[in-house]
Amino acid sequence: MIRFNQVCKRYPGGYEALKNVTFEIAGGEMVFLAGHSGAGKSTLLHLVAAIERPNSGSVVVRGQNVASLRGGALPYLRRNLGLIFQDHKLLFDRSAFDNVMLPLQICGGDYRESAKRVRAALDKVGLLQREKANPIALSGGEQQRLCIARAIVNRPSILLADEPTGNLDAGYAGEIMDIFQSFHQVGVTLLIATHDESALRHFAARTLTLKHGELQQ
Amino acid sequence: MKNWLAQHARALLFTLRRLLAAPVSSALNILVIGIALSLPAGMVVLLQNVQGMAERAVDAPQISVFLSMDAGRDDTARIDRQLKQHQAIGKIEFVPREQALEQIKQSTGLADVIGGLTQNPLPDAYVIYPKNTGAQALEALRDELQKWQGIEHVQVDSAWARKLEALLRFGRLATLILGVLLGFALVAVTFNTIRLQILTRRDEIEVSKLIGATDAFIRRPFLYSGMLHGLLGGAAAWLIIVTSLLLVNGNLAELAQLYASSLVLRPLSAGDSLALLGFSACLGWLGAWLSVAQHLRRIEPR
Ligand SMILES: Nc1ncnc2c1ncn2[C@@H]1O[C@H](COP(=O)(O)OP(=O)(O)OP(=O)(O)O)[C@@H](O)[C@H]1O
Ligand SMILES: [Mg+2]
Repeated sequence: MIRFNQVCKRYPGGYEALKNVTFEIAGGEMVFLAGHSGAGKSTLLHLVAAIERPNSGSVVVRGQNVASLRGGALPYLRRNLGLIFQDHKLLFDRSAFDNVMLPLQICGGDYRESAKRVRAALDKVGLLQREKANPIALSGGEQQRLCIARAIVNRPSILLADEPTGNLDAGYAGEIMDIFQSFHQVGVTLLIATHDESALRHFAARTLTLKHGELQQ
Repeated sequence: MKNWLAQHARALLFTLRRLLAAPVSSALNILVIGIALSLPAGMVVLLQNVQGMAERAVDAPQISVFLSMDAGRDDTARIDRQLKQHQAIGKIEFVPREQALEQIKQSTGLADVIGGLTQNPLPDAYVIYPKNTGAQALEALRDELQKWQGIEHVQVDSAWARKLEALLRFGRLATLILGVLLGFALVAVTFNTIRLQILTRRDEIEVSKLIGATDAFIRRPFLYSGMLHGLLGGAAAWLIIVTSLLLVNGNLAELAQLYASSLVLRPLSAGDSLALLGFSACLGWLGAWLSVAQHLRRIEPR
């Protein structure tokens, strides 16, 4: 489903964030991505969604080399990915409901059908009562859950999560992990970057560990 | 197809809501566009009115032919015959010199002065109604008659109409230039308006790109916004013109009463009104398109 082959990523400043990274994630697998701060976890996730391009090597997602994807094809790659960003990237000019609605609007679905799916996603992360709230009025953890709702509303086959439990207390973190577990059970491929040692220990999932841009075996 | 329409309708609604969300700045933008458009459009309306009046005033151009003072009976008879047989002339009217003098006496109130004359200073004359009233045909006929023996002077009475026509041509050219310039101004205004919109909605554009929005989806509300600005600006220009005409017509009515004639400026026809709206909407769209092409490319999500 996701295959990295000798991927190197150097940022414009010259810093090498990923060095010769090779791994493969099968369809339906749930994989954790661990590593110290600055190890390159976010960079790796960005490469999967073609937000960044590798300097060398290939990134193959669903049989497609996204490293050489044309600009016009990017939207269709991203629509099938659920992206949970480390910095949330919520929009503060609209309600929580409209934030989750955005991916469906982009795909252009029927409004009432979409609204139902939005409420279902909000319900899943426990924010249905706050659908009218502006994200700025939500706590850090609520914002994080809103971001998760937006990522799953499209029912993507691949979910990429960057520190989804970073701001959450143990109780909510556990609930979020349960949500991911339920996605895993219905066959969604998950790649979750996290510091959360307890989550790593809790699930018997494969863990990729990055250290200074290199994959530890 | 239905979906596609629904998407466009939603983008349009969304844009309208945004426009209404900032009513003052939207209204000012639209007013600027409206004023810029109302100048050339108003000039077009004025020119149309002047042209219409000119056409009504000179629907039957005449040529006055004055015979020489020394033309004898023979000359007059020959000229009379030749004029009657001429292919290009429809109708002729003979004005004997005595009648002409009488007319002047009565119409100018110079009876005393003229009564003191020992001799009639006026020649015999003809008033000719040519079949072809085109400016060139009239001139050709004048030049031909001028050469005839016994004819002193030929005057085309529609000369002032031709001068007016030349003036109108100049007016149309000036309007065209003004229209093109202010059209550019309209494009520039929408360009800038949309640029500001893009900058203030940078986050939304970035996030939309990150979660799979196509460029077309991102462009759409901005293009609609430009088009709406143009369209509403065109409507504002229309209102400005119609209101101005109402005011001017009020004044003209007083003036016309003094001269015992009716003088009314006609507003834009339905077709012209639609053309104005369509034109302004297209220019607004163009400005938005240029702006989007220029600024959207620079926003790449990180
Ligand atoms: N846009 C960028 N330009 C230059 N350097 C960058 C950029 N993004 C990240 N880096 C560098 O690349 C390295 C890896 O960054 P990355 O964000 O992938 O780390 P991370 O593992 O996600 O860390 P954290 O756990 O703190 O989120 C860091 O040293 C960072 O300074
Ligand atoms: Mg990170």
